[in-house]
Amino acid sequence: MHPILTTVLQRLAMGVITLFFVSLIIFSAVEFLPGDFTEAILGQSATDETVAAFRAELGLDKPAYLRYIDWIGAVMQGDLGQSFSGRSASGVDRSRAVADLIGPRLHNTLFLALMTALVAVPLALFLGITTALWRGSFYDRSVNAVTLTTISMPEFLVAYLLILLLVSLNPVFPSLANIDADTPFWERVYKSALPALTLLLVIVAHMMRMTRAAIINLLASPYIEMARLKGLSPATVILRHALPNAWAPIANVVAFNLAYLVVGVVVVEVVFVYPGIGQLMVDSVSARDIPVVQACALIFAGTYILLNLIADIVSIVTNPRLLHPR
Amino acid sequence: MTETYSAKDEVGQVRQRRSRWDRIWTELKKAPITAWFGMIVIAIYVIVAVFAPFIAPYGEAEVHPLPFAPWSPEHLFGTDQIGRDVFSRLIYGARNTIGIAFLTTILAFLIGGGLGLVAAINQSWLDQILSRAVDVLMAIPALIFALMLLSIFGSSVWSLVVIIALLDSTRVFRLTRAVAMNVVVMDFVEAARLRGEGLGWVMRREILPNILPPLVAEFGLRFCFVFLTIAALSFLGVGIQPPTADWGSMVRQNASLIQFAQYDLKAGLTPILPAAAIALLTIAVNFVVDWFLIKTSGLRDEV
Amino acid sequence: MSDPLLHIKDIHIDGFSDERWHKIIKGVDLTLHRGQVLGLIGESGAGKSTLGLAAMGFARPGCRLTRGGIWFDGEDLMQASESRKQTLRGARIAYVAQSAAAAFNPAHRLIDQTIEATLRHGLRPGDDAAEDAKALYAAMDLPDPETIGLRYPHQVSGGQLQRAMTAMAMSARPDLIIFDEPTTALDVTTQVNVLAAMKDAVDRFNTAAIYITHDLAVVAQMADRIKVLRHGEEVEEADTRDMLTNPKHPYTRSLWAVRALHKPSLREDDTILSINNVTASYGTAPVLHDVSIRVPKGRTVAIVGESGSGKSTTARVITGLLPPLKGAVQFHGDTLPPALKDRSRDQLQQIQMIYQMADTAMNPRQRVSEIIGRPLDFYRGLKGKAQAQEVARLLELIELDDSFADRLPGELSGGQKQRICIARALAAEPELIICDEVTSALDQVVQEGILKLLLRLQDDLGVSYIFITHDIATVEAIADEIVVMHQGKVVEQGPKEDIFAPPHPAYTELLLSSVPTMDPDWLEKVRQT
Repeated sequence: MHPILTTVLQRLAMGVITLFFVSLIIFSAVEFLPGDFTEAILGQSATDETVAAFRAELGLDKPAYLRYIDWIGAVMQGDLGQSFSGRSASGVDRSRAVADLIGPRLHNTLFLALMTALVAVPLALFLGITTALWRGSFYDRSVNAVTLTTISMPEFLVAYLLILLLVSLNPVFPSLANIDADTPFWERVYKSALPALTLLLVIVAHMMRMTRAAIINLLASPYIEMARLKGLSPATVILRHALPNAWAPIANVVAFNLAYLVVGVVVVEVVFVYPGIGQLMVDSVSARDIPVVQACALIFAGTYILLNLIADIVSIVTNPRLLHPR
Repeated sequence: MTETYSAKDEVGQVRQRRSRWDRIWTELKKAPITAWFGMIVIAIYVIVAVFAPFIAPYGEAEVHPLPFAPWSPEHLFGTDQIGRDVFSRLIYGARNTIGIAFLTTILAFLIGGGLGLVAAINQSWLDQILSRAVDVLMAIPALIFALMLLSIFGSSVWSLVVIIALLDSTRVFRLTRAVAMNVVVMDFVEAARLRGEGLGWVMRREILPNILPPLVAEFGLRFCFVFLTIAALSFLGVGIQPPTADWGSMVRQNASLIQFAQYDLKAGLTPILPAAAIALLTIAVNFVVDWFLIKTSGLRDEV
Repeated sequence: MSDPLLHIKDIHIDGFSDERWHKIIKGVDLTLHRGQVLGLIGESGAGKSTLGLAAMGFARPGCRLTRGGIWFDGEDLMQASESRKQTLRGARIAYVAQSAAAAFNPAHRLIDQTIEATLRHGLRPGDDAAEDAKALYAAMDLPDPETIGLRYPHQVSGGQLQRAMTAMAMSARPDLIIFDEPTTALDVTTQVNVLAAMKDAVDRFNTAAIYITHDLAVVAQMADRIKVLRHGEEVEEADTRDMLTNPKHPYTRSLWAVRALHKPSLREDDTILSINNVTASYGTAPVLHDVSIRVPKGRTVAIVGESGSGKSTTARVITGLLPPLKGAVQFHGDTLPPALKDRSRDQLQQIQMIYQMADTAMNPRQRVSEIIGRPLDFYRGLKGKAQAQEVARLLELIELDDSFADRLPGELSGGQKQRICIARALAAEPELIICDEVTSALDQVVQEGILKLLLRLQDDLGVSYIFITHDIATVEAIADEIVVMHQGKVVEQGPKEDIFAPPHPAYTELLLSSVPTMDPDWLEKVRQT
């Protein structure tokens, strides 16, 4: 088998194993709940029968490994279980399926993340590469000063500064991003503009700095000096000699920051009351609605693992040592 | 010019011997303006945090009759949604927010640093297990993991400290292990092992002094990260709980004031103040760490 | 004579480190005519590479040309625009780097990189250049010249890459090539062929060259004239033969200081250490096959071999860092426990080790007094004043004085560091010291000093040495017995005079014949045999 294929398959297997352990960790979270949590959810007046029925629904009468198998099997079929909220002591169950809660919100979050990434990635790469090429120039130093300040700010400070400037003082954008499934596309874009801008500022700063460092590191290689000593033009040195070796570090930078974006979404959604999965997770944490929290954590972690997996695979398939084995 | 060789006269850059304080002072004098700015800011924060009860005009949870009072001589930055003095809470917030983040970072370093050092020296099954476990833990984003654990263990200060410290110790473990590995392969460590030195001696005397500078720098960066994570969690309402004053939750509590900026700019700025306090400290620490990293990059000859 | 091809006048170059500018080159003149080869020789930090690059009007990042003039074929490179210099580089002045493995781009085929400069400068059409490159590969003695260009850099060996890089430099038929230590990273048996191929190429196209190296014997083969540099200044310049027979400056003579040393070998029947039929491997990769070596008491055994011969692994087996799969190590007739952790403190004390890189062999955060003091305490229980006195005595023994006790390793020169390492080994009062390439990172004068010190210590203290080295001159200077190793096996062992006298086994013959001598005609003679 071609070594590239072997390495990629190995990496994929690693990803699956990681995902398995992560799901195990997320599942076992429930095991740490206090014994009387069913009463806490159903209320003090819950009858023994109601509690017993709830415990049976959760499978607490079965051993943990069987419950894990049931749970993971259901998750793979898209069934994320029933929410804890909406239950009552009398046994009336108005709880909703977690999948139904998450579905539309996941769509909103992906919309926001995608909108941000589409602008952020090209912008950050452009800034990172140009500052690396003109290292030490006024342009480089100003971009660096601005980004160093931005990465030191918590996301909510950036968000509120934007609200102060673009909502309160100059009403350009709405402060609340109250979108739903029926919102038309451009109105959606308009209403999501401020959360996207907040994320953009934070992500671009991080991604630009990491791109710059990676490119500077690359330009210090002896083969780049050799290319210069061959009398090649600066453009040729960059395009022919630096770029083919830059894919791996750049893919890592992009993946790392998109993963970061996934997390940054949580705070930003709360600030702008954006109906996404991040806000849902925070609300569920406050309400201690464990099945929803688990599902959200699984989705976030899965995305994170997937992004890193993609970056690693890009690094593998652009590595000349693996592409052209001895 | 005659060449008579003598080992003693070979050019070794002998530096002037000065006392430790002298050396620190000469380094400080050469420090760039950003580092000075950072150190002064940090010093002010520390003073405010330590002497909070003497500086603050009112108590941490003292409620005044008027909620959301405007900025005035009695209430420098006004009052919050239930009438507590914002200025006083900012000062107590320094104590709580910084103190908890500092404690958490120390705990993270004790766990992660200790295990990382052991893994680097041991390099056997223990290293394998720890490294794989850390890989898995790091596959879940820290904030998400923290949210999940907090939903299970509840939001108390202690669960916050322990959870964040454990999650952050994975990053410390990775760095300590990587830095220590670079030192472990050095000949002087092998020389000590060949002499018959025990593991403890090798760790304490040969490795630790050489990995201290990067770890100190990392402490600064990890502190910023922990500080921002705790602020974010408090902002989200699942971190430090009222009535304890802390900057993250203060932003959230006063957030609604921002809509009034066009009528009263000062009121609109109130929720920005605690957020700016967070940012300023993070920037200051970053400046100092940057300078420290340049000063101590690699294995320097002299501390 | 016609106008010179390259003329450098009173050039000054500064380098930036430790937050300030330092002078690297302090006013050097250089004149080179068409077809001439000039050797630039000097020790580490002499500024050879910086000067070589300046000949291309190039300064590395962190360096700057501050003063003086560089004229290439009458054109002033100090005044020339960057784009003008670009048209010269690669076309009329080419560069051959020290590490070919790092200087070839891993993402492109060899042939594309070989003809890149020729194509970019529009000197020939592509097919023509490719055909020419194959001819150059053949001329450089590369295997499969027709197809080797299709390979990627990581697919060929270091010696082959270095030849391919010379072909790359030749592709545009430049007027001048800068060779920057092109064979330093190669093993001695590889070096001889690469040298021959480079010399041929330069001769055939009548290319002028600057050949930079720290090895006088190598440059003697390549250069018509030699310029000696030290601390960024010229020491002297002369025709190669004149310089070798009649150096004007004592510093020049010191460049072959070690070659002047010769120790008559002494016999000794009393054995202190013997390695018996040792086989060892790293993981599954076998590195030593059935190795047996005997070390006579109070004498020096030199283990000679190239990289990968297993000579350093042998040291690891002796010290217990790598327990062997088969065989045993005996000390005074008693078998030592194979693993380090099973050996007693007494056994550890008897065998000490000195490393190649004194820099990394000492903890940079301990003072000399602690570095030497620790084994005094650990093995001999000396503390406080007794320890300080013994440290002072040891410092005197290695020709340093008490004032060094307070220094950190960073405040010592390379030679002083290695002496401190020797003192640390002596502090244990060992019977055997393993010296692993202890002189190869040092300048010649310093090497000479260290070797003389080691010889004196052996006379005074009766300590035995195992001396691991790849350098035949060092062997000549210090050894009583020689072990030749190749690919994990012992080729032969015996008294130095016996090993050096023919007839030799094939590998010993190859090894000995590959070592350049100070005779400028050596390369010619070797090629004829």
